[in-house]
Amino acid sequence: MAENGTNGTNGQGYVGTRTIRPDGVDKVTGRARFGADFNLAGQLIGRVLRSPHPHARIVKIDTSKAEALPGVKAVITRDDFADQSSEFIPAGEMMMNYKDVVRNVMAREKALYEGHAVAAVAATSAAIARKALKLIDVTYEVLPHVIDVVEAMRPDAPLLHDDLFTVGVEPKPDKPSNIAKRVEITLGDIEAGFAKADVIIEREFKTAPVHQGYIEPHAALATVSEDGSTELWCTTQGHYIVRAHCARLLGLDIGKVRVTATEIGGGFGGKTVVYLEPLAIALSRKAKRPVKMVMSREEVFKSSGPTSGATVRVKMGATKDGRFVAGFAELKYQAGAFQGSPVQPGVMCAYAPYDMENVHVIGYDVVSNRPKVAAYRAPGAPISEFAVESVVDEIAKKLGLDPIELRLMNAAHEGTKAAYGPKFGPIGLEETLNSIKKTEHWNTPLRKWQGRGVASGFWFNIGGETSASLTVNEDGTVSLMAGTPDIGGLRASLAMVAADELGIPYDKVRPIIGDTGSLGFNFLTGGSRSAFSGSMAIVEAAKQIKAELCARACKLWEAKPDQVEFKDGAVRPIGSLGEKAKPMTIADFAKVAGKTGGPIGGYGRINAQGAGPSLGTHLVDLEVDPETGRVTILRYTVAQDAGKALHPAYVEGQFQGGAVQGIGWALNEEYVYGADGKLQNAGFLDYRMPVASDVPMIDAILVEVANPKHPYGVRGVGETPIIPPLGAIANAMENATGIRFTELPMSPPKVLKALREREAAAKV
Amino acid sequence: MPRVVLVGNLAQLTGGVAEFQLSATSVKQLFQQLAELHPAIQPHLEEGVAVAIDGQIYQDALFQPIGPNSEVFLLPQIAGG
Repeated sequence: MAENGTNGTNGQGYVGTRTIRPDGVDKVTGRARFGADFNLAGQLIGRVLRSPHPHARIVKIDTSKAEALPGVKAVITRDDFADQSSEFIPAGEMMMNYKDVVRNVMAREKALYEGHAVAAVAATSAAIARKALKLIDVTYEVLPHVIDVVEAMRPDAPLLHDDLFTVGVEPKPDKPSNIAKRVEITLGDIEAGFAKADVIIEREFKTAPVHQGYIEPHAALATVSEDGSTELWCTTQGHYIVRAHCARLLGLDIGKVRVTATEIGGGFGGKTVVYLEPLAIALSRKAKRPVKMVMSREEVFKSSGPTSGATVRVKMGATKDGRFVAGFAELKYQAGAFQGSPVQPGVMCAYAPYDMENVHVIGYDVVSNRPKVAAYRAPGAPISEFAVESVVDEIAKKLGLDPIELRLMNAAHEGTKAAYGPKFGPIGLEETLNSIKKTEHWNTPLRKWQGRGVASGFWFNIGGETSASLTVNEDGTVSLMAGTPDIGGLRASLAMVAADELGIPYDKVRPIIGDTGSLGFNFLTGGSRSAFSGSMAIVEAAKQIKAELCARACKLWEAKPDQVEFKDGAVRPIGSLGEKAKPMTIADFAKVAGKTGGPIGGYGRINAQGAGPSLGTHLVDLEVDPETGRVTILRYTVAQDAGKALHPAYVEGQFQGGAVQGIGWALNEEYVYGADGKLQNAGFLDYRMPVASDVPMIDAILVEVANPKHPYGVRGVGETPIIPPLGAIANAMENATGIRFTELPMSPPKVLKALREREAAAKV
Repeated sequence: MPRVVLVGNLAQLTGGVAEFQLSATSVKQLFQQLAELHPAIQPHLEEGVAVAIDGQIYQDALFQPIGPNSEVFLLPQIAGG
């Protein structure tokens, strides 16, 4: 394998090597342009007025004083957005309802959370825009609010939506509630399963809502011409999705909206929806000038979606020799102000890593006065799998079994019927467990107050609609265009595939991300799909080029199709044709492209199917400070099935990044609300995310069980690594302290409280 | 004929029937046949469900073939972050 940061092949091609990142130089020199770096001549600055109340009826909005302020060029409110009918569409993470989307980007009847957008202004300077916001007079009728998911489910809880009736229960309710949906999956006979169990463990868990914590805040720059042609630059995981949402919300033709995805400073699911984008377009349309909007960090926390907090009850049964015979779970997920939490995937993933005959999982999607949740890496799965992995560890302890051996004994494998229905194809959970077992890490002794934990995780992965093109330039170099924003190494990965398919050097391929006018539709970068699907589209595009070159060679050589072949970067004559024709490289064809039929290119347009699930196992060592409750991560190893790592360094980076985000979720991160329903820690000073000095170097073990449905065996890798850390750390905490922590985050005050309570109990 | 199983809440739209034997040879035909039997399920099929055919999950793939002995599961659509 080539070293990190070289452009050499491994003798068989570039795939699987650690080539230089095409976006690396721009990013380390500051040349890369992120959302807030884009500007247009004559642009205005947009700012949003946000609700100070967690729940209030909007009686009246008077914008006259703001509109009269010199320098203010446009003010928009709910009146600038036509109402949308109730229609669910697949978008981003989950189904969404445009009736809710239009209300989330701009409050209509009610403000449903602190930070909910109520009006927006565009002015010639940020100072004037801020002043204008203060001149907007909003008359609120403050209503009682509810923050906690369990409280929101009570019959007497403040009601967010008069028209929300629980779906999925029989008989259909005749009264509205905050419970949007009940979902469930059932496999086998859960009661019969528990009847066979020698050990039954039942626990309740709580997890806090956590934000994706991307470094780059939301940003959008829009300009609308007199004929309605619209240009938008924004930081997003899916500019085609942004285009569709903006067109729908503002009554525009999709073809008139062109969206360019800027470089992105992290998304992790949180940039799959729209916030500022339709506001910037609406303001620009009204002001007839470009409008730029950038969220503050406080706005990011208060007004963009975190993932759900949840309450989870798990009950598992096992025989005395360690076979899991029954698994029950009840999940209550916060959706935020509008329905659509990731409870469905939470339900489906809860027991997915295991080969079990009897499973029953119920989930509830519950609204409360918080910002609407957005996707966050493997949406819903970390929460339910944290609870199950904690109980799995307890079963191991109760039965006196090694936790890895117990997992191996029950691990899902090829042919296992998943708890959510179908049978698995080839998957690599057992390989990850065996890899972890063999590490020196697993076998290193620990000291007092140190603990070790292990946990596994499952995520489905998806494919989806993808377009990508390859264009042969006049000198034989190749321009590659993809339509999904590059978040985790897409450009490098696709360029390597293109180089291998076409037999040309990697540095002769220049990959870029095209705007929405440059390629056909692309679903977004999410669901661990972009490298998987994009590489399939590139293979298709390369096939077209190779076929075209062979056809042109036949014409040039007056040969039949079976007398030529494309091999090692050139069209080569076969057999006797070799006596009169010499191989022609792509560069040779490029020189005569005009004379032989015109420009040469390929265009892959696919709906990628065949995504293979990725499973992983994490191992963590930590140390608890009994004086302060602080937890230090000492050592961390990730093993995950990548199918085939196109670019191993990027894949390892995904493993490490997911692990760090999971560490933050487990130990420190949480939304803290006061009794007034207002967020108290809307900034990185008080919302404690891990920084580089908080974590050790994370060891990554690449397991490669090829996905038979992908030409290179690729599986998506971006989401699974955030799942196991929560359970692994909770298990390590138990190992270190003897206390089973069931509530996240395991922050110093909670840890200290638990230690002191145990100390006090011991004295009694 | 392929065995078709509805996962989760979908069976609430078919009067509690979760398992079918249908003659469909493609996802398109499968959706048509289910909608004819149980019209209430049609909007959900149009909104998007995932279809697992012999263990492989397909999304938005109307022309995907279904074999005569296939095992087919209809699942909630899967996305990600």
